[in-house]
Amino acid sequence: MLENFREAFDGIRSHKLRSALTMLGIIIGIASIIAISSTIMGTNEQIKQNLVGSGSNVVTVRLYQGDYPFESAWSTVPEYIAPLTDETLEEIRAVPEIASAAYYAQRDGYGQIRSGSNALSAGTVYGVDRAFPDVYGYTVRAGRSLTESDCLNFRKVAMIDETVSAALFSGRNPVGQTIDINGEPYVVIGEFTRASDFRPKVNTLDEYFTYNQSSGGKVLIPFSTWPVLFRYDEPLSLVIRAVNTDSMTVAGRKAEEILNSTIAQENPEVRYKSEDLLEQAKNLQELSSATNRQLILVAGISLVVGGIGVMNIMLVSVTERTPEIGLKKALGARRRRISAQFLIEAGVLTCFGGILGVLVGIGLAYGISRVSGVPIFISWYIVLLTVVFSFVIGMVFGAIPAYRAARLDPIEALRHE
Amino acid sequence: MLIRLEHIEKTYGTAEHPVPVLHDVNFSMQEGAYYAIMGPSGSGKSTLMNILGYLDTPTKGTYYFEDADNSKASDMQMARIRNQKIGFVFQSFHLLPQRRAWENVALPLLYGNVPKKDRRARAEAALKEVGLSDRMEFFPTQLSGGQCQRVAIARAICTNPKLLLADEPTGALDSKSGQQIMDIFDRLHERGMSIIMITHELAVAKRASHMMHIYDGVLKGGDAQ
Repeated sequence: MLENFREAFDGIRSHKLRSALTMLGIIIGIASIIAISSTIMGTNEQIKQNLVGSGSNVVTVRLYQGDYPFESAWSTVPEYIAPLTDETLEEIRAVPEIASAAYYAQRDGYGQIRSGSNALSAGTVYGVDRAFPDVYGYTVRAGRSLTESDCLNFRKVAMIDETVSAALFSGRNPVGQTIDINGEPYVVIGEFTRASDFRPKVNTLDEYFTYNQSSGGKVLIPFSTWPVLFRYDEPLSLVIRAVNTDSMTVAGRKAEEILNSTIAQENPEVRYKSEDLLEQAKNLQELSSATNRQLILVAGISLVVGGIGVMNIMLVSVTERTPEIGLKKALGARRRRISAQFLIEAGVLTCFGGILGVLVGIGLAYGISRVSGVPIFISWYIVLLTVVFSFVIGMVFGAIPAYRAARLDPIEALRHE
Repeated sequence: MLIRLEHIEKTYGTAEHPVPVLHDVNFSMQEGAYYAIMGPSGSGKSTLMNILGYLDTPTKGTYYFEDADNSKASDMQMARIRNQKIGFVFQSFHLLPQRRAWENVALPLLYGNVPKKDRRARAEAALKEVGLSDRMEFFPTQLSGGQCQRVAIARAICTNPKLLLADEPTGALDSKSGQQIMDIFDRLHERGMSIIMITHELAVAKRASHMMHIYDGVLKGGDAQ
């Protein structure tokens, strides 16, 4: 066996330049596959990291009319949408992938939130249950959060985020101040902020919109006071926190199913849909990875072309070494041994080319990362897979030359000079 | 009898255009004999050699080696016979340039699955027999033509074959080196090795114990000289 390898290396050593050029095809193919896949996986990995520990294992489940969120400001709620009951909420909270859940109603408003002469140009009012700030992962910067008692006693109190605070109070402490929502006075009890570690790396404009869906100000009021401002039959949305980032999508789907099972209508036009950041980010990524997959395919084709190059050179090598093959046969070498020599030579060429390709590919990926800022993620699984794949290519394209060598007639081979 | 050829015919070419090469060749050889076969090029002597060396099979007739008819032998069995029973010496040496002298000699031992530790010792013994024990580690490019042929002879005898087949062993050498090669053949013959040698040099052929001629595929002679 060792001797087989030696014979194979003899062949490669005696034609260094030719062997190097042969390997080049494999190197280019493997390097492009590694570079592309590292970039794709790096971006995916970044999306996940953006969400992990960011307080954003959060999925919202909202009513949708077709493909768009149901606008309760303009539309009447269909009668088949039942009000959210405590039982349904309990059922959702019992789902293993769901850590916590809260309900809320929301209304986007323009110029309806003011304090004195200051008005908020764009903001959203949320009528929330007490758990909402916790589920969303808001932290209170000043004042306090909503309490059970606020909700039960219909207190007209509000929590505002830093955007609202800056717009209405421009740096002054907002706690204890009064704001005006739709003409109703609300007392600010606290200022909150998003969990501070949510600092996603944003590479594209699309990603920016995904991670900063509502950059306008947020005002939270107890849901019990919602009817004072808006309507009584407001449909509710849910916000749930998944136990971890990986189960966000499942958690969202399960909550969506439970909510939709309360709809007393076949194929309703208005139905609940979960929208989680992970999925949205992944969908964005899908677009670019579809192109990348085609790139991998092209790289794969170049690998096959490289394999054909290997076969070509191996055939030349067999012709060149015909006398050697003849001699070995005359001395009693068996066919298996002769074919093993050439198969191993092809395997060593492609395997070595594969390893070099991996190194070049990793270098290329780092280069791309430097230039474009896209992170890379090198999967050892992919690395192993490509090296094995290049070895397989060597075996496949080495098979015909090896078979030819083994079948050579020893007399013809010896006569060939 | 070591070798018995009975009505051996060999025809190349297609059925419509047969090219006969050997005609009814009958020949037998005792163990320990030393035959020289002479003939001009195209006379069929190489074909005869290939048949004797199990590199080729006759179209008709039977070839007995040690009284065994191996005409139904598989490729693998033929390889084993070549490896263990027959030693080949070629006009152009056929040494592997990337291998040292002793490694070239040990090549048939490798194919005969001789354990690694024995190979070097046996190669050394064979090289000693041809007077090259001081060239063990040399590469063929560092050796003269005569030395290369002696390495090739060592390679042929290191498996202790029953028959040594030599195809124009002195054809590529100057007369002095040729003399050395012939001396080695003489020594091997004295030691009891069976040898068949093809040559077209009468002086070389006269060193053998028996001389035969082949013309147009017909083998004649064979008397002791």
